[in-house]
Amino acid sequence: MARKVSTNKKLIITVLAWAIGLLIFFPIFWTILTSFKTEREAILLPPKFFNFEWTTENYGIVQERSDYLRFALNSIYLALGSTFFALLIAIPSAWAMAFAPGKRTKDLLMWMLSTKMMPPVGALIPIYLIFRDFHLLDTRFGIITVLMLLNLPIIIWMLYTYFKEIPGEILEASRMDGASLVKELVYVLTPMALPGIASTLLLNIILAWNEAFWTLALTTKDAAPLTQFIASYSAPEGLFWAKLSAASTMAIAPILVLGWFAQKQLVRGLTFGAVK
Amino acid sequence: MGTISLKKVHKAFGATVIIPSADLDIKNGEFVVFVGPSGCGKSTLLRMIAGLEDLTSGQIFIDGKDVSDTPPSKRGLSMVFQSYALYPHMSVRNNIGFGLKMAGESKEMIDGKVAKAAATLNLTDYLDRKPGQLSGGQRQRVAIGRAIVRQPEGFLFDEPLSNLDAALRVNMRIFIMQLHQDLGTTMIYVTHDQVEAMTMADRIVVLNKGNIEQVGSPLELYNKPNSVFVAGFIGSPKMNFVENNTIGIRPEHIEISEKKGDWQGKVLLSEHLGSDTFLHVDAGARGRLTVRASGENTFAPGTNVWMTPDKSRMHYFDKDGRAIHK
Repeated sequence: MARKVSTNKKLIITVLAWAIGLLIFFPIFWTILTSFKTEREAILLPPKFFNFEWTTENYGIVQERSDYLRFALNSIYLALGSTFFALLIAIPSAWAMAFAPGKRTKDLLMWMLSTKMMPPVGALIPIYLIFRDFHLLDTRFGIITVLMLLNLPIIIWMLYTYFKEIPGEILEASRMDGASLVKELVYVLTPMALPGIASTLLLNIILAWNEAFWTLALTTKDAAPLTQFIASYSAPEGLFWAKLSAASTMAIAPILVLGWFAQKQLVRGLTFGAVK
Repeated sequence: MGTISLKKVHKAFGATVIIPSADLDIKNGEFVVFVGPSGCGKSTLLRMIAGLEDLTSGQIFIDGKDVSDTPPSKRGLSMVFQSYALYPHMSVRNNIGFGLKMAGESKEMIDGKVAKAAATLNLTDYLDRKPGQLSGGQRQRVAIGRAIVRQPEGFLFDEPLSNLDAALRVNMRIFIMQLHQDLGTTMIYVTHDQVEAMTMADRIVVLNKGNIEQVGSPLELYNKPNSVFVAGFIGSPKMNFVENNTIGIRPEHIEISEKKGDWQGKVLLSEHLGSDTFLHVDAGARGRLTVRASGENTFAPGTNVWMTPDKSRMHYFDKDGRAIHK
């Protein structure tokens, strides 16, 4: 139903929305701005907005001091790897829960979600010890496993809500057509749920890319992603704001671009089921 | 071949019994219609035959082979769903050919069979469209195409026409009957519409609260219903019941006159169909009766009339609603 919104109200809401948006964006904006300042100007008080001497030397120094590509490659491996394995587990799980629910399915879903309510640091020591004993510390495989497990509850929940929207009769039709369970998943369910799977995939890539707690705790060099790359600039010998900002900008740039292009898909994914 | 037998088929969800115990033998090539009010278990029964619903106990045989634990894909049956259940992401061609692809047939074979089915169903021009770009009737035909292309042992129809408008429904009804004549394959058809049941079936299975009330040809059920339930369900308009539901008489078996007759009454309403007129008559203590009169009948509401039931067409029931055959 169309509701009449007065021009005044619209104006206030628009201004408010922009204000909130800018407020949220400001730290990122400031980081990017700082990355183009010299170290001296970066800590200047009161700060300068645009009337400083623009320089790209920070980027040069950062690239020289640490190999950006190696970290970036690890980030890509971890984000894609954990997403791939998570989907491999989550698609059949969500399928089972959506189309063949048992008495305890709802409880199971709640339990999975509850694991996200625990502070990760609570599990740090046992996981660290397991990693140490199984020689998984600073390995891509190890950290991919952790990131996958970390995001699995959210992925299963998202896919579950997607799958719930697919009429069961279509899957039954495929069974009547002679499709085995695997073929039903491959030829019917997955293609139909593709928009949902795509937004789940995107969200998980972003979450895995940005994950800092476990990647910082469990990697040092070989498997270190961009979070380590940033952290290495907040060294004990002193803070270098401009270089830290340059490193941060380099680390978030790929995901920012991805997010920008995928925002339509992401918004659709996150509001799916709520709005039809 | 396509004989289907149910032996003591029982279905319960926890403590709720859906089908207490059903026994039925369907002959090869028969057109059987399951009919009954909503919630009578007819769809559940069909889905158990399909294999989409597990049996709580009992057995189902197809061609003499016990398929009670066989998955739907291995039962050799095709099904047409009420919602059509087409694959929305596939073209009409792939929708129809999906079953053949699952069976591992070669591409040339699939193309040939799909083209033949599409020609039968007037779908040739739509083969490259997606289901979303088709009308309701076209989607229905795709669903039927998907079912026939595999040359199954039997077809299962789950209220396939209930989403179509009235005119299309009549056309599709005739189309399905023609299809049955051409293919000669066993068909089980579920509907809540007794007109569909009467017009299409070789045999009708009337279900009530999960029980099979009566099985018989349309005319058997019409002439010799074995319970008040079947008598009231089969035939349109409904049979009249008088004397505390112990006597039933159909509207077409009552003669109406302004001058003389057995029962007196007053016309309340008349429905003119052109070919017939259905008069709703207040017959005092006998309640409200429906009487079929000729299309030219012009009894106005309020007219006093006399009605004479055809004694030989009266149905008698005991107080439990079972028929007493005299």
